[in-house]
Amino acid sequence: MESVSSQERIHAASVGENKEYLTFMLGEEQYGLAIIQVKEIRGYEPVTKIANAPDFIKGVINLRGDIVPIVDLRVKFKVSEATYNEFTIVIMLNVQDRIVGIVVDSVSDVINVTEDEVHPPPEFGVAFDSRFLDGLASVDDGLVILVNIERLITSEEIGIFDSMNQQNEGSV
Amino acid sequence: MSVDMNQFHTVFFEESTEHLQTMEELLLNISTDAPDPEDLNSIFRAAHSIKGGSGIFGFDALTGLTHVMETILDKARNNELDLTTDIVDVLLATTDTLGGIVQSYQDETDIDWQQIEKGKADLEAILKDDDAPTEMPQVSSEEEDGFGFFDDDEPVATVAADNPVVEDDDGFGFFDDAPGTESIVETTPATSSEAANEEQGFGFFTEPKPAKAIPDEEAFGFFTDEPSSPKPAAKPAAKKTAKPAQAKSTATKEAGSIRVDTIKIDNVVNLVGEMVITQSILSMIGQEVEGTSGEKLNATLEELSRNIREIQEATMSMRMIHVSFVFNRFPRLVRDLAKTLNKKIDLVIEGGETEVDKSMIEKLADPLTHLVRNSLDHGIEPLEKRLAAGKPEVGTVILRAEQRGGNILISIQDDGGGLSREKILEKAITNGLDVDENMPDEAVWQLIFAPGFSTAEAVTDVSGRGVGMDVVRRNIEAIQGTIDIHSTAGQGSTFTIKLPLTLAIIDGLCVSVAGETYIIPLLNIIESLQPTPQQIKTLANDNVLWSRDAYWPLVCLHQQMCIPGEPKPLAESIIVLVEVGKKRYGIIVDQLLGKQQVVIKSLERHYRKVDGISGATILGDGKVAMIIDVDNLAKTEQLSQVG
Repeated sequence: MESVSSQERIHAASVGENKEYLTFMLGEEQYGLAIIQVKEIRGYEPVTKIANAPDFIKGVINLRGDIVPIVDLRVKFKVSEATYNEFTIVIMLNVQDRIVGIVVDSVSDVINVTEDEVHPPPEFGVAFDSRFLDGLASVDDGLVILVNIERLITSEEIGIFDSMNQQNEGSV
Repeated sequence: MSVDMNQFHTVFFEESTEHLQTMEELLLNISTDAPDPEDLNSIFRAAHSIKGGSGIFGFDALTGLTHVMETILDKARNNELDLTTDIVDVLLATTDTLGGIVQSYQDETDIDWQQIEKGKADLEAILKDDDAPTEMPQVSSEEEDGFGFFDDDEPVATVAADNPVVEDDDGFGFFDDAPGTESIVETTPATSSEAANEEQGFGFFTEPKPAKAIPDEEAFGFFTDEPSSPKPAAKPAAKKTAKPAQAKSTATKEAGSIRVDTIKIDNVVNLVGEMVITQSILSMIGQEVEGTSGEKLNATLEELSRNIREIQEATMSMRMIHVSFVFNRFPRLVRDLAKTLNKKIDLVIEGGETEVDKSMIEKLADPLTHLVRNSLDHGIEPLEKRLAAGKPEVGTVILRAEQRGGNILISIQDDGGGLSREKILEKAITNGLDVDENMPDEAVWQLIFAPGFSTAEAVTDVSGRGVGMDVVRRNIEAIQGTIDIHSTAGQGSTFTIKLPLTLAIIDGLCVSVAGETYIIPLLNIIESLQPTPQQIKTLANDNVLWSRDAYWPLVCLHQQMCIPGEPKPLAESIIVLVEVGKKRYGIIVDQLLGKQQVVIKSLERHYRKVDGISGATILGDGKVAMIIDVDNLAKTEQLSQVG
């Protein structure tokens, strides 16, 4: 129930006129994600590895008592070299009532994008599949690729949400 | 501005369900010859509370039915009506109908008005039989009009009370300006206790927030002019002197517990967990401080750690509730079922006060219901058979809970015919299961947990469709439990469910492999040892360990956890011998770090299930460590080569 309503809320925000995006860097490219889904931003800290996890799932950390998985988008989309230093950033996201952390190279800004500023995403030339994109937006210093982070994180390719769906089916 | 009525609705639904449970419980135990007046009063109060609440919120379906019910109960408690088993049956059926209506309102589904009319008719039939006063239906309609409205020029305290039905309404602050009812309040003991009940129960009058909202709140719609009415309405009634004994009994019933959202408790449990971690980090820092201030600091930290441990235990105990919470539904189930099956069955409940983690209780209800139904339907033989076997006519089913060591045992025992070895084997063969005639009994009994397995001669309404026992076992395994069967032909069977004390904390052994820490539940560990070269044998390329007069298959944690690099040579490693169910094997680790009590955190909450891992925990330094799922770590095939 709760997750549905939060989804709806997010959806409502995305069709709204004005939306705030948090922009971040993956390699040379600037990306943006809906700030409404950002829980917090923190520095990268050592993770506990999980057996049988794909390489882009770095492991889990303790976020004030919650065991939260950390996904490295740089590894998943091979956009830049995955280095971990004191500048590496983890963006904690609230996605469908869960918390997931994503590793990015840096966080830059919060931008306001109105609906008519969003251009449709290109079919190619971006590391992300276009179904994970909201579109492109131009800001002062260039293009920002707007990622539909919820769709991306819940996708089968990331594979975090699979088992939950299966579980739900199983219990019905 | 609008007030969120939903929050009141939720409270109302919760309380109605509770009231219905109370009613059912009391009705089941009531003696028809000499009913305890206090019990009757309690039942009456429960019905009345539901009626009142439903009136406030406009749940008319409930109002009408409870009203008639109330009338009967009122007559019964005033000795104007003799209770019979039939009446109790009808009342019980009414509680079911009411439960259904509450559910419908809660789920916002359609209400089964036919059912309600039927229920009402049944109840009214009782009244007619008893030469009920003819004004009954009239009073009821009058009530419906009156519900939920204040009449401004009707001062609260002058609510009439000479008619027993109307009188009881004054606790609610409803006004009924029917002619002839405007006289002095005449209080019966019940009224005063009810008023107290209302005040406490509805949360409507006492909670500061809603109370504040009332004065300027139009959304409520039922106060026209007298914003402060609810209080006075309740108070005058409450002040009336009642028989002390009855007032006291109400008081004791209501004292001592408050309703807290479980999410809040879970939050506290989590926060305390965090506190424990912070505290242990503090202690580490404390060690580094030297001199007298260091000593003082450490002494204080020691004190703090003791306090925190106590807080942790206290918060954990908040999650524990009596198993009777789930047991209490069974007397009714058994009563009804025994009637349907035409058997005489005595249900004995033992150890209802045993405390079990709330999350487990909720998940126990379904499997237990299934097992109890099974015992009644298949376990206890039909009357003739029992008499022929020289058994007492009345069958006995014992539902027992007890704590034994770190486990809770819940058993369902019947003195019926026992499981039939032949029938189970026969059925297993028809179902194409892998069996042989010489299997030990326990193995045969376990067959009934296979999907689609039923040996019932006839599929009845009650059970026998063969879906079930596998679900029962799955449900129990989901809460880390196991189920065992003991059965003796002709003497009955016992199903024993073994559960961990709590799902939240386990005693674990911390081990390390290639620098990573893992937790092995202490419950599963037999012993840990450093193997001598003589103990290690090779069998089909796999190493096995000779210990305790047996060969133990070995599982390398390093490999299972997919840690890069080569594991340590076996001779330098430590082997932890574990056992779960019928599985026994050794886990190879680098070293032992020590015993620790750990709080189990779900990995599935934000991630997903991982093979061989049952959860995670947070260590003293704030890092996450995985808890090994001993049952799941090694695949059965891997281990079967060594018996």
